[in-house]
Amino acid sequence: MSAAIEDVVTEAPAVEAVPKRAMTLGTGTSLVMLALLLLVPLFVKNFIIFQLTMLLIYGVAVLALNILTGGSGQFSLGQSAFYAVGAYTSAILMEQFNVNYALTLPVAGVICFAFGFLFGQPALRLSGVYLALATFALATAMPQLLKLGFFEKWTGGVQGLVVTKPDAPFGLPISQDMWLYYFTLVITIAIYLFSVNLLRSRSGRAFMAIRDNEIAASAMGVDVALYKTLAFGVSAGITGVAGGLGAIAVQFVAPDSYTITLAISLFLGMVVGGVGWLPGSIVGSAFIIFVPNIAEGISKGLSGAVFGVLLFLVIFLVPHGARQVAIVGQQLIGRFKKN
Amino acid sequence: MELFTNQILAGIATGAIYACMALAVVMIYQAIDHLNFAQGEMAMFSTFISWQLMQWGVPYWGAFVLAVVFSFAGGVVIERLLFKPLAKAPILTNVAGFIALFAIINSVAGLIWDFTIKQYPTPFGSSPFLGSQLISTHQAGMIGVTVLLLTGLYFFFQFTRMGLAMRAAASLPESARLVGVNTSWMIALGWAMAAAIGSIAGMLIAPVVFLEPNMMGGVLIYGFAAAVLGGLTSPLGAVVGGFLVGVFENLAGTYIPGVGNELKLPIALALIITVLVVKPAGLFGRPIVKRV
Repeated sequence: MSAAIEDVVTEAPAVEAVPKRAMTLGTGTSLVMLALLLLVPLFVKNFIIFQLTMLLIYGVAVLALNILTGGSGQFSLGQSAFYAVGAYTSAILMEQFNVNYALTLPVAGVICFAFGFLFGQPALRLSGVYLALATFALATAMPQLLKLGFFEKWTGGVQGLVVTKPDAPFGLPISQDMWLYYFTLVITIAIYLFSVNLLRSRSGRAFMAIRDNEIAASAMGVDVALYKTLAFGVSAGITGVAGGLGAIAVQFVAPDSYTITLAISLFLGMVVGGVGWLPGSIVGSAFIIFVPNIAEGISKGLSGAVFGVLLFLVIFLVPHGARQVAIVGQQLIGRFKKN
Repeated sequence: MELFTNQILAGIATGAIYACMALAVVMIYQAIDHLNFAQGEMAMFSTFISWQLMQWGVPYWGAFVLAVVFSFAGGVVIERLLFKPLAKAPILTNVAGFIALFAIINSVAGLIWDFTIKQYPTPFGSSPFLGSQLISTHQAGMIGVTVLLLTGLYFFFQFTRMGLAMRAAASLPESARLVGVNTSWMIALGWAMAAAIGSIAGMLIAPVVFLEPNMMGGVLIYGFAAAVLGGLTSPLGAVVGGFLVGVFENLAGTYIPGVGNELKLPIALALIITVLVVKPAGLFGRPIVKRV
């Protein structure tokens, strides 16, 4: 009943190509952003600092998805699974083995990288919707796997684990929340720089070649299988670090915090921020943190509908997300300067 | 031995639902080449409609038919309004659209009808079927309705002009257009039929899983697993896959130690991954050959 032959050349690519230079911000804008991120916490309440920390953490998770989808053109609706593994790794190391919180993050990253790299192997056989489907199943199954009686000794089963919040080191006179914010900020900046340089490197160019045309890429000597799994691994690793940070910030891990809803939120954040535009990750992250709060304020259970409607609006009106808005803004400023 | 037969029969009964769900998934996949992540939510919404009608005093079969008609129309409306404009968009945009639809339907159903669990009636009763302890009349009814539906669909696709036109539009849209098939409306019809089939699956499974906005989550994953197992390009495969998955799920739950209710979704995941790795085209699907 189906066509057995598919035309590859005329087929639209899964993800629209983003030019490499359009993926990052200019130096001036970056410095302004950095100054804002450094100064704002000094003037706000602790709860807002906590929310800003979560903003950075989800920003990192969205960034990770952006490398996978915007960079190598693969889908994932399963980021919540990697986030969960990272969070649990950090929580278990801190609480059961008394490891320092900062040291748990690289471990979370490495474990998630391995997990993602392995999951990338079967994912190689899949493209487009099939991949979305397999990762979707992974995300749905993850809470049940975490609840397993077999792991209960470490994971605390359904109850989850409580994580102690770290104090500021060296007797610095700042609150726990503020310390955690700056700690997260440093890691976020490091990951951002790593990602930007990764996409500019030989590997990044290989990712993008695969995204734009897999057959052409392999004809040019790109090891498609290696780079596709590598993209999965890197993305999962970064998500794992974000998950570990998230566990420390929220001070609690439980299976039901990492459902498919989280994966969908991250996906949504990427679409809103602009696929393939790394700075957009923070915009997307702001969207997925603050919009549900506002929607829940209006009516309970409304957040899904608001999410969905906004997502459709983005798809139809600004298909490139925040990137498009930023470009339009830039042009307006340019015109303003000329006058 | 009796436990074994019992589990197989129970597996066939739940498998009937997975078969319906998988069939709905495959129908949309055939029509537009995308997997509909909102399929389960659409089915859930239709089930709620029929429940609401019954609350207002409509008899069961009246509500059943009205809900199917509503879903059919709803499928057309969703396709025309939301997904027709996206036909040429990248896959990513379409996946985002399905997810948006998923979130909207789930949330709206929760707003209208609450997230509390509701009883849903069965027209078949739940006494033992034909005096046998193995299978209840509702399970027998589920199997019966599914078989009826599938036979009907088979005849529709094989022996009617409309069915032929749909198959043509799905397999070679350009050629179908050249011989005068309105392919755009065939896609809408595919959506409508998938929505209607999904609603039947929803109404049949509601007495078993109870009615609530999240009721289809697990069923949808199993429907996907069935569709993948049977091959996403083959409606017959989807049906066979559905029954196989149902039986497999029940047997694994009974005989593999440590696999109880808590591991049901990971089993579906493992099944999907195994099939995709070992035989990506599924049991009945045709492998896709790429022409450069």
